[in-house]
Amino acid sequence: MTTAQAQATLYHDIPEARDVKVAIAGVDVHYGDKQALFDVSMQIPDRSVTAFIGPSGCGKSTFLRCVNRMNDTIDGAVVTGSLKIDGTEINDKTIDPVVLRASVGMVFQKPNPFPKSIYDNVAYGPKIHGLAATREELDGIVEQSLVKAGLWGEVSDRLTDPGTSLSGGQQQRLVIARAIAVNPEVILMDEPCSALDPIATAKVEELIDELRENYCIIMVTHSMAQAARVSQMTAFFHLGNLVEYGPTEEIFTNPRERRTQDYITGRFG
Amino acid sequence: MTEPSKKAATREIVERNLPARYRSESRFRTAGIVAIIVSVIILVLLIGSIGLKSLPAYTAWQIHLPVALDQALVDPEGDSSEASIRQGSFGRVLQNGMRETFPDVSGRSNMRSLFQLYTSLNSTRLMDQVIADPGLIGSDYVFTMPLGDDLDLYLKGMLVEDRSVEMNGVLEIEAGRRRTNIQSQSADFAIVLAELQQMMIDEALSLESRAAANRTLMASVDAEEADRLNEEAARFDQRAQVLRTDAAGENGQLELSDDLPSVIVEFRGGAIRMNRLDLNGQGGSGESILSIAENRSDEAWTLYVVDTPQARRRIPDNQLIWTRALVERGIVTQAFNHYFFANADSREPELAGIRGALNGSILTLIVTLLLSIPVGIATAIYLEEFAPKNKFTDLIEVNINNLAAVPSIIFGLLGVAIFIDVFSLPRGTPVLGGLVLSLMTLPTIIIATRASLKAVPPSIRQAALGVGASRTQSVFHHVLPLATPGILTGSIIGLSRALGETAPLLMIGMVAFIADAPKLSLEGFTEPATVLPVQIYLWYSAAERAFEPRAAAAIIVLLTLIISFNAVAVYLRRKFERRW
Repeated sequence: MTTAQAQATLYHDIPEARDVKVAIAGVDVHYGDKQALFDVSMQIPDRSVTAFIGPSGCGKSTFLRCVNRMNDTIDGAVVTGSLKIDGTEINDKTIDPVVLRASVGMVFQKPNPFPKSIYDNVAYGPKIHGLAATREELDGIVEQSLVKAGLWGEVSDRLTDPGTSLSGGQQQRLVIARAIAVNPEVILMDEPCSALDPIATAKVEELIDELRENYCIIMVTHSMAQAARVSQMTAFFHLGNLVEYGPTEEIFTNPRERRTQDYITGRFG
Repeated sequence: MTEPSKKAATREIVERNLPARYRSESRFRTAGIVAIIVSVIILVLLIGSIGLKSLPAYTAWQIHLPVALDQALVDPEGDSSEASIRQGSFGRVLQNGMRETFPDVSGRSNMRSLFQLYTSLNSTRLMDQVIADPGLIGSDYVFTMPLGDDLDLYLKGMLVEDRSVEMNGVLEIEAGRRRTNIQSQSADFAIVLAELQQMMIDEALSLESRAAANRTLMASVDAEEADRLNEEAARFDQRAQVLRTDAAGENGQLELSDDLPSVIVEFRGGAIRMNRLDLNGQGGSGESILSIAENRSDEAWTLYVVDTPQARRRIPDNQLIWTRALVERGIVTQAFNHYFFANADSREPELAGIRGALNGSILTLIVTLLLSIPVGIATAIYLEEFAPKNKFTDLIEVNINNLAAVPSIIFGLLGVAIFIDVFSLPRGTPVLGGLVLSLMTLPTIIIATRASLKAVPPSIRQAALGVGASRTQSVFHHVLPLATPGILTGSIIGLSRALGETAPLLMIGMVAFIADAPKLSLEGFTEPATVLPVQIYLWYSAAERAFEPRAAAAIIVLLTLIISFNAVAVYLRRKFERRW
């Protein structure tokens, strides 16, 4: 535990000169009797992509789900410690997760569009939050989101088709459009490309790279190559501990930890 | 990595086991196909036999009786008011109509028999028609009423064994005061006569063999029992002796008792029931039931034989003859049995219908639907989506599952204990029945709803929560629409089970005889009622044979309702089913 703490403080500093968007200090997660995350602390910069890597079951998805309090929906999950977005504590019962999730979007591993039309998929978030006063405004938001997600050209003439009729890659971009339609500050992506073929993956990666200009993106990935391609910061998790966190180039070329090196060179995992 | 020899060995082992694997596969498939065929056959037999049994209930023989609505009889006060008409003697009107139709029927007992062609309940129906249209008073009116249930069955060929033979010999008829003699020029009666004699001799032989059997038994029993057997044998012998004597005839004639088939001569609208047949087969004497004007005929005539003896049936020969004459004259015709669909229950089968039970079922089902579906679905949504998972909710869940397995009669007891004893709701009413059936249907609906909520993939919930929907929004906007087909199916199947339920309703008094159909309106909910399955039960246990086809027809109506309910469930599921 002391070594974990020492490491945590080691990578606690703000990397480079970027603004800190999400600041995490001493987060523990318990599922019932089982502890899934041990004392994680890190600072995630704005307008960049941060990748979480690590073997299955290392706690990276659990950690990701802390940021939009998705763990609240799991019975028996207890999150302790401090999570701040722009200096505001979010791991607090007084903060409504609904308000939080309006500013922290999430994209899941398997594309999960609603079984409704493409238009309704994108419009759902703005509608329930009341972001559009008129139909024209809502149309505008839907179009902008689909344009930002790089899907407008493919679906503009069939907005009333069901979202589930799209291909896997298109569905995943539709889901991203749905997430950015509510104009979030942070977008969480839980292995967004693991169910896609290489061409769809390339398109989604390209999209992530574009979105980085405006959003703080945190993604979990199993593909080291993907982490190297799209992320600026990388965090390596192992057995519920944050082992190493730093600029992607550094992690991949010059890891400080033996375990990180073993993992990225494929010696275990 | 694997050596070639090892590979070959694996293949050999697999090949050796293969036939056994395929055999068990084909055995399983055969068993499945056989099971399906057997169940289809059983289903077809079941529905087919009920359907066949119900056929006589769909048509009714009706009497179109000309009646004179004399003011003195139907409107004693003379002011055409309802009160006055209610004092009218409509039974007399019907009787007069029958008298007019059969002017030559005389004698008290013959008259009584004549008036039994229809049920006296019809006088109330005639009264209602006159009240509805007082303009009928004083006019000649043709009143349509159903023929008595036994005669209706008779015309449908279900009551007696009979046959008619067309004859064309010349008949001499000599009508006397008490008896009518008939002489034919040829031996037209010879075959029937021989049959009757043979029947008597056969009966005598069987009696004699029973007497002989008794005497053989006497050797192996004690003295007291032997005496009894001996006496019985003597009686058998005596009866056999009488039969043989009767069969031989007396004064050249054979006497026809009520234990023998009836022989009836029908000719030109007249009918003579034979009491004696000449042994030469050329004629005999009998009682004229419908008089024949001429005393000689060289036209065709009918020899009508009813093989079921008069002593062993509910309707006497004269009623058969009158009925046949009415059919001949076109006064009795067969039509669609609208009484069955328009009337409530009645003690007379020909007037009994399912209307009351059907209305009762509809009202009861409305109460069940309004109570159990909202409560059931709300309970299921709360338990599945919102309730914390702890010991208490586990307990509730276990108990709901147990309730689904509780025998339905227990719910009837519960209904008596709570709704009648505590809340003093009126017994035997649709509102009470609906409450009890809701108790019974609730667990089914809750379980079906929870199952279909569970079947909605969690990714949909996560997606909704992920864009910031609240828990309620994610349930009502996304989960519930996806679960709707399953919820609808479960609810409709629960309701169709309630529609077919009998036991709990017997407990709460929905088993009464209801002669007035409850109205399909708000007050109908608190009027005494019965429901279709209970009506079926009542009819099957009734004494009159004519209730049996009506019970079968009520089953067909109930099955039709239940099958269409289930078809609606399948249709809704297909229509709203969405894939993701």
